[in-house]
Amino acid sequence: MSDARSSILTKLRATRDAHPLPPPASDFAPIEAKRWPPEERLPRIRRLMEAVHTEFIDATEADWPVVLREFLAREGVESLLYAPATEAGKRLVEGWESAANPTLIPYDRPLEDLKPQLFESIEAGFTTTRGAIAETGSLILWPTAEEPRTLSLVPHIHIALLRTDALYDTFLQAMREQGWAQAMPTNVLLVSGPSKTADIEQTLAYGVHGPKRLVVLVVHP
Amino acid sequence: MSAIPKPTRVYYFGTCLVDLFFPDAGMAGIELLQSQGLTVVFPQGQSCCGQPAYNSGYRADALKVARAQLELFPGDDPIVVPSGSCAGMMKKHWPDLFRGEPDEAKAVQVAARVWELTQFLVHVLDVQLTDKGEPVRVTWHASCHAQREMGVVEEPKALLRQLANVELVELKREKECCGFGGTFAVRHPEISAAMVGDKVADIEGTGAARVVSGDCGCLLNISGALEAGAKAARGQHIAQFLKERIHGR
Amino acid sequence: MDGNAPDFAAASRAALADPQLRGNFRRAMDGLMSKRAAQFADAGEWTGVRALAASVRLRALSKLPELLEKLEETCTRNGITVHWAATTDEANAIALDILHRVDAKLVVKGKSMVTEEMHLNAVLEKDGIEVLESDLGEYIVQLDGTMPSHIIMPAIHLNTKQIAHLFKRKIKDAESREDAAYLTDLARRVLRAKFQAADVGMSGVNAAVAETGTLCLIENEGNGRMCTTVPPVHIAFMGLEKVVEKLEDVPPVISLLPRSATGQPITTYVNMISGPRKDGEKDGPREVHLVILDNGRSSIYADPELRDTLRCIRCGACMNHCPVYTKVGGHAYEAPYPGPIGKILVPQIEGLAKRGAMPHACTMCNACVEICPVKIPIVEIMGRLRVEAVKPGGAVKDGGAKASRTEAMVWSGWAAMNASPTAYRVATLAMSKLGNAAPSSLPLLKEWTNVRTKPRFAGRTLHDLARAKGVPDV
Repeated sequence: MSDARSSILTKLRATRDAHPLPPPASDFAPIEAKRWPPEERLPRIRRLMEAVHTEFIDATEADWPVVLREFLAREGVESLLYAPATEAGKRLVEGWESAANPTLIPYDRPLEDLKPQLFESIEAGFTTTRGAIAETGSLILWPTAEEPRTLSLVPHIHIALLRTDALYDTFLQAMREQGWAQAMPTNVLLVSGPSKTADIEQTLAYGVHGPKRLVVLVVHP
Repeated sequence: MSAIPKPTRVYYFGTCLVDLFFPDAGMAGIELLQSQGLTVVFPQGQSCCGQPAYNSGYRADALKVARAQLELFPGDDPIVVPSGSCAGMMKKHWPDLFRGEPDEAKAVQVAARVWELTQFLVHVLDVQLTDKGEPVRVTWHASCHAQREMGVVEEPKALLRQLANVELVELKREKECCGFGGTFAVRHPEISAAMVGDKVADIEGTGAARVVSGDCGCLLNISGALEAGAKAARGQHIAQFLKERIHGR
Repeated sequence: MDGNAPDFAAASRAALADPQLRGNFRRAMDGLMSKRAAQFADAGEWTGVRALAASVRLRALSKLPELLEKLEETCTRNGITVHWAATTDEANAIALDILHRVDAKLVVKGKSMVTEEMHLNAVLEKDGIEVLESDLGEYIVQLDGTMPSHIIMPAIHLNTKQIAHLFKRKIKDAESREDAAYLTDLARRVLRAKFQAADVGMSGVNAAVAETGTLCLIENEGNGRMCTTVPPVHIAFMGLEKVVEKLEDVPPVISLLPRSATGQPITTYVNMISGPRKDGEKDGPREVHLVILDNGRSSIYADPELRDTLRCIRCGACMNHCPVYTKVGGHAYEAPYPGPIGKILVPQIEGLAKRGAMPHACTMCNACVEICPVKIPIVEIMGRLRVEAVKPGGAVKDGGAKASRTEAMVWSGWAAMNASPTAYRVATLAMSKLGNAAPSSLPLLKEWTNVRTKPRFAGRTLHDLARAKGVPDV
């Protein structure tokens, strides 16, 4: 309704100009001042995220696929959805014996063709991250054409690969240093734990609509 | 707190509720100030700060009443008020009420000189009290406007803690409104009753014999509810309580 | 909008008479207040970030028309279709148009207060479209056939037992178990099927970024992500004030909103959407629509004092800290926005004829002002609305609707008495001597003495005592 558009904008402009509101300066220093020594960032992220039931497993660049496979086998997970075209996806399949549990399922089709399987049978999804934030204990997820959004949303378990070379103090610092404003992708997410709710009498319950479990696979250098 | 040099003379604005319902507390405030060597001036022409009409949406009537007070406080001497709410009206809202009026500058000048009583006792006079009373347990009720318009939070409790035989037990919900709210108490009597009911329960929970406050609106409400509920605790204005303690009765 | 003015006094009486409800609210609000306080233990940090967030909101308002145009431009560039609605009817019509075009049978919704304002669910249901709230609290109140009682925790008025009973009645194969984990899992099972099948997902917007054309949504459950990711069409609704200038303006708002609302450092998900599915992408909706709603906001914006109402980021902290809300709960307000922000926002949107009583449901204690993360002068605006309610021809819809000749005369008489020292002396003397004889059955005194003793006139005024004790007059 373009007449709504013009009437709204005309009115806003006229009344604002009649009573101008000088734009105040924004001092970002109180957020910029939030800094942690580099060695404290990961422990802080871990503490904050564990407080909301996130699980952590540690690995190295050399052994993380094995560590992950053993973890999932131990947990009795039978299916893992992954992004086959990403570097991490390629690493993951290398040496994954075809008979081994869990079964690897590539996310290589549009959602529409994967929906029933995704909602009804796949147990876990594996994604990378673009770093994490120390202040709040949050992972940065940057879905792409290769690594779709629903990988981290629909399966009951979300495994997120976190490399320790991209840990930021704050959300603000992360978006500045990674230059987000220049090119926002279709979707960016901060994820700070498994899905939760307190809507029933303030009682915290995990796994409402999103993943019931969030497992951070920390890859140390 | 922008402290000022200790003055020799102050004005006293008693407030209408003190005038009608708590004149002894009003006198106690005057005597506390006199005991610190000050000359206290009580302009007999004073009535009300205008808050009731101001908060009810009748600003012209509020202005008329506030204006009648303006000329009673010539010069620069501080104006001490034994009520956080009335002090807040004068200090915070008079400048708004008089905005664009010919006497705006005057109102701003008067507003800037207003102090709540305990604030003045602590920050300007730095009073040191000697307790001559019997041991007693009390609790402190903070009025909303004293806290949030005048910034009076610790001052009255600091004064009570100076008293050796007074045990101060703080309320669990010290910051929560007692439900008076001026005309609110009669516009929404059931909600107000529920609020003062929670406040009374909190007071009872402290085991205090007295609930001390700096605002007479709250005191009318809380004391009235304590009495009506046949509770053991009694309400008292802080000026009167302090005066009794330093005189040993 | 129906013409009947909601009766807050009557509704609040009913709420007060329900000890279960009072207990539920008292417990919940006490918990929320202490959790919030723990998040802001560092006073310097609170002061600094709060000033920053307030400046972000004020700066957005200072450039509001330009930022809305910019938002339209960047969203459009990103492939988001932008719609403008002057009224809730127009917004509903826009939604129906889209739904009809894609032949939608099932809609899943994330939390959106604007759609509550629009009564959108009723409109869709009337049109034969199944619409399902997916936020657990919203789902519960929808099953219960009621309204949210809090903007952040819609089902806060119910306890586990009541919800267990509701689920047992309404959900097939539900067991009768008073266990939050079981009930949550039950809702998960029901709603997952719906997310999968839905034709359209709907959501609100916590902040829309003009610079990048990005819609930010925060939530804990993942239902917001489901609604905005899985169905082929996503429609987002925002009040026109929700725009911010830059992407960097988002972190200050996100820093304060969850901490103020529920006392958590951040929500589980911060979801930033900058367009529909692009070529080559495997998921995400193929269409994203943004509906920008005015519904009276441009009138609020027109007044330089009332404009501050539009700073609100909908954290709900003012409700949690409001001693009136805490006593009566959200339903008593019978409005999409209860509590302090509701008391200033709803009368401005719906007019003072219908909502003129709302600004009086407040003791002006300023607890809300003390904790508001964007420093809205709620109580000053409340006072201004009280003026507008009795003053015809003012800036607010239906100004003067509550004007009463009797009340005006009372205040005029009060002013005459208090503005003249002589009249004041005569009147106070009379009250001092005779006031205590007034029977408790008098109007006002009757309400007062329900739970309190009658105020006792002292017999002598302070004026008398001061004169008698020689306190100087000048």
